[in-house]
Amino acid sequence: MPHPHDAQAHDATPLAVDRRRFVGYVIGGATLVAAADLVLDTPAASAEVPTLPQPAELYDLNDMLTDAARPTANLITVTINEDGTAGFELPRAEVGQGITTSTAMLIAEELDLPVDRVRVTLAPARPELLFNQLTGGSNTTIATYTPIRVAAAVARAALLDAAAIVLGDTVAGLVAKGGVITARDGSSVTYGDLAVKAAGSVGSRAVEVELKSEAEFSVIGTPTNRVDALAAVTGQKEFTTDLAVPDALPTMVCRAPTLNGTPVSVRNQAQVEAMPGVTHVAQVSTGVAVRAATFGQCIDAVRALDVVWKAGPVAGESDATILRKVRAAQLPMPKLPDTPLAQTVSGDFTFWFRSNSPMDTNSAIADVRPDGATIWAGLKSPIVAQQRIAEKLGMSQDKVKVNVVTAGGSFGRRLFFDGALEAAEISQEMGAPVKLMWHRADDARVGRTHPLGTCRVQATVSGTNVLAFNQSLTCVETDFRHGLGEIITAAAADLPAGVGNLGFAETIFALTQEVPYDFGAVTQTLVETDDRFNTGSMRNIYSPDVRVASELVVDRLAAKMKMDPYQFRRKFQRNERLLTVLDTVAQAGEWGRSMPAGTAQGIAIHKEYKGVSACLVEIDTRPATTGRQIRDAVTGPRVTRVTFAIDVGLAINPRGLEAQMQGGINDGIALALTSSLHLRDGHFLEASWDNYFYTRQWNTPPDVRVIVVPSEEKVPGGAGEAGVAATFAAVACAYARATGTMPTQFPINHDQLSFEPKSFVPPVPQSPDNGLELTS
Amino acid sequence: MPEQTFIVNGERVTVDVEDDVRLLWVLRDLLGITGPKYGCGINVCKACTSHVNGKAFNPCAVPVGKLSSDDEITTIEGLPGEVAEQQRGANGLHPMQEAWLERDVVQCGYCQPGQIMAAVALVNRVKAEGRQVTDADLDTIRNICRCGTYTRIREAIADGASRM
Ligand code: FES
Ligand code: FES
Repeated sequence: MPHPHDAQAHDATPLAVDRRRFVGYVIGGATLVAAADLVLDTPAASAEVPTLPQPAELYDLNDMLTDAARPTANLITVTINEDGTAGFELPRAEVGQGITTSTAMLIAEELDLPVDRVRVTLAPARPELLFNQLTGGSNTTIATYTPIRVAAAVARAALLDAAAIVLGDTVAGLVAKGGVITARDGSSVTYGDLAVKAAGSVGSRAVEVELKSEAEFSVIGTPTNRVDALAAVTGQKEFTTDLAVPDALPTMVCRAPTLNGTPVSVRNQAQVEAMPGVTHVAQVSTGVAVRAATFGQCIDAVRALDVVWKAGPVAGESDATILRKVRAAQLPMPKLPDTPLAQTVSGDFTFWFRSNSPMDTNSAIADVRPDGATIWAGLKSPIVAQQRIAEKLGMSQDKVKVNVVTAGGSFGRRLFFDGALEAAEISQEMGAPVKLMWHRADDARVGRTHPLGTCRVQATVSGTNVLAFNQSLTCVETDFRHGLGEIITAAAADLPAGVGNLGFAETIFALTQEVPYDFGAVTQTLVETDDRFNTGSMRNIYSPDVRVASELVVDRLAAKMKMDPYQFRRKFQRNERLLTVLDTVAQAGEWGRSMPAGTAQGIAIHKEYKGVSACLVEIDTRPATTGRQIRDAVTGPRVTRVTFAIDVGLAINPRGLEAQMQGGINDGIALALTSSLHLRDGHFLEASWDNYFYTRQWNTPPDVRVIVVPSEEKVPGGAGEAGVAATFAAVACAYARATGTMPTQFPINHDQLSFEPKSFVPPVPQSPDNGLELTS
Repeated sequence: MPEQTFIVNGERVTVDVEDDVRLLWVLRDLLGITGPKYGCGINVCKACTSHVNGKAFNPCAVPVGKLSSDDEITTIEGLPGEVAEQQRGANGLHPMQEAWLERDVVQCGYCQPGQIMAAVALVNRVKAEGRQVTDADLDTIRNICRCGTYTRIREAIADGASRM
């Protein structure tokens, strides 16, 4: 492929002339291929940051991810096909967050093509992209907004040039609309007809384009339905386990009765190999793998295996012992004054382990041969996956082809590649292609968990002022070995003063956390301990826990000053956009309306990823509600109404943004009220969706209103995680006000085990056989 | 190996497989019908929800040997065939699928075939009782959606019911 920088070297035009003028490329191809480089965006944010305000206000995690993408990004290309469609390979993972739709919208906007004629697929691992193929931190739209539009604008310019020749008019006389270019004399030609004519010859040529102004937008900002919805509602949308890769037979793993225990030997290998459908049984590093004609026969084989195990690193441990270790690692909090003139309000909260298991369990297809390997999986960091898999297989990285498949949810989990790595090892060991699927029990018990932690808060009040606000989070270590770590290492030198020399976790903490109130001297610290668990963040890293602890204490401060919680938040607010979302929910959600005893409102705010949000909930904790009997379920208090306002910056697709907020609301409710993992005797107990109580229909609020506040910001913000923190905090505050008791652990029901744990040996439950008696 | 015969999406099929293999795997792994999804294998998550003789059921909990040759299985792929052609919508789909599209319910989509199949069965049941779908009916749906699309599911069921 010709190197675009050669073309650029001959071109004296500066990369960015003004905010809307950029240079892209037409590169050689059978049909028109237009390209852009991420280097074209604005210069990196200043690294000079004064000690106040907090780092995250001036330079946040997203700035770091975007800056990391800048110098390393190679080309992203928009191709015009002969059928008149535009094709684009997105170097990110679609996991349900809607980025294929928003990306199609950006291309449709600049190309003047209907959204349904833009085909966005997922790029396989492209090692040359280095840091620019990581889907995380709600960063996709922020980092790709300009380059994708530039590539599309270059394509449009090339189409217009070609059309001018075909139609015998000047470019100025042409009008492009809906994939058709019309000349002044009424003659016209379609993009499809021009696809070959507009193609670049050998080499590449630089093209300067001007992006549309906001006033010209007709697609961006218009509520648009998902491009993959039709496939999804007809069962045609393909996830990893739906792919038909030749000979990749169903494969499952029998796992140890303690977390991360390892196999020593198999006592009955021959007997299991002889079971119906079974083709292979192989001991691997994580357990004993079985391959069979159907997954049902894999389950039978896993259950039949008799394995000698070596206990895992947390054997014998429980929630209580881990919490004790975390508490032992806590830093002492500064001693604040507590006198009649300066009183200290404090809170100490525990957040239990939570599972980020999505619906689509860890799965991967691997076809490993002596001379190379091919992998298919839902991967948010495919380049790191490719490196680690190559290492494991003893191959060079270029021998491992890693395909990125759309995934059924992520919530942080698909930043890791546990399934892909395991599938590769199994395929190599068996000498056959495998379609590995984790059983739900494995996905919940062995899959990654959001770390257990404590969050302590102290605030000093004097009269009507808050003089100091200290917050200290201590938790089990979060694993960042999925590429974010490498980004931090690489970006360290460019980070704001005082941040660059911290460890990974502390860097991310400093870049994401802030106390969005005028609270005098603010400090926030993070301590991590204990690296024995399989961890990862769940739909946001530290914010949900930090915000809950803050907002509960904010309500206490308001009470101390005898102020209404909403008015208190207004008084100490220094950010205009936050004030707007706060006022919006207070008004739309009827803050302060009279409610019966046992029910209450709660209100909270959050700021992250260039966006601000506020949430007002109503909760019902009366016995008639908490006492609802539903089999194998947690009912408990019910959030009955949610009003959520978000200013995300420029909202590319308001309908998608609303959907993300609705999802985040259900996550926030689950974190507050129902969902956690219980560690007992070295393993997590939860093995089913009727053990791990994510929000269900009987928990979800019947009345949910999401308001996308018109933004003054001209650039998009992140959306994937923004809904969780404010909701979680508002539910906690509402619960405290309804019951008169501030909760100190989350979820509030953690102490009560609401299910009968399933067996550990065998590690997966057998499927029932009474389904025909339960039709409805 | 025993021969298993039943009807799926209007077509009679015969598969060679042991009696105790659950129908979900027969559909997915042997017949390549992948609309019904695996989410638990123990009749909890409802991602595999399909219809047997017009009623909702979960193929992960049915050994294939328990089906008779006249049992009619409908998966999401065959759902449009459950209504007469003139009842299908703009995309040629079942009214509930059309409502799902219009309301843009789907996020990752993994749970959605099961959600739609459960919704159709719920509405059929409620209609047979001569009444409208209530909030209390919606609260009984056990299908889990980890993306949290519950709000739009509730709206789409009301919409779909009015079209059915
Ligand atoms: S897979 Fe059948 S109910 Fe979960
Ligand atoms: S749409 Fe993702 S699980 Fe329901």
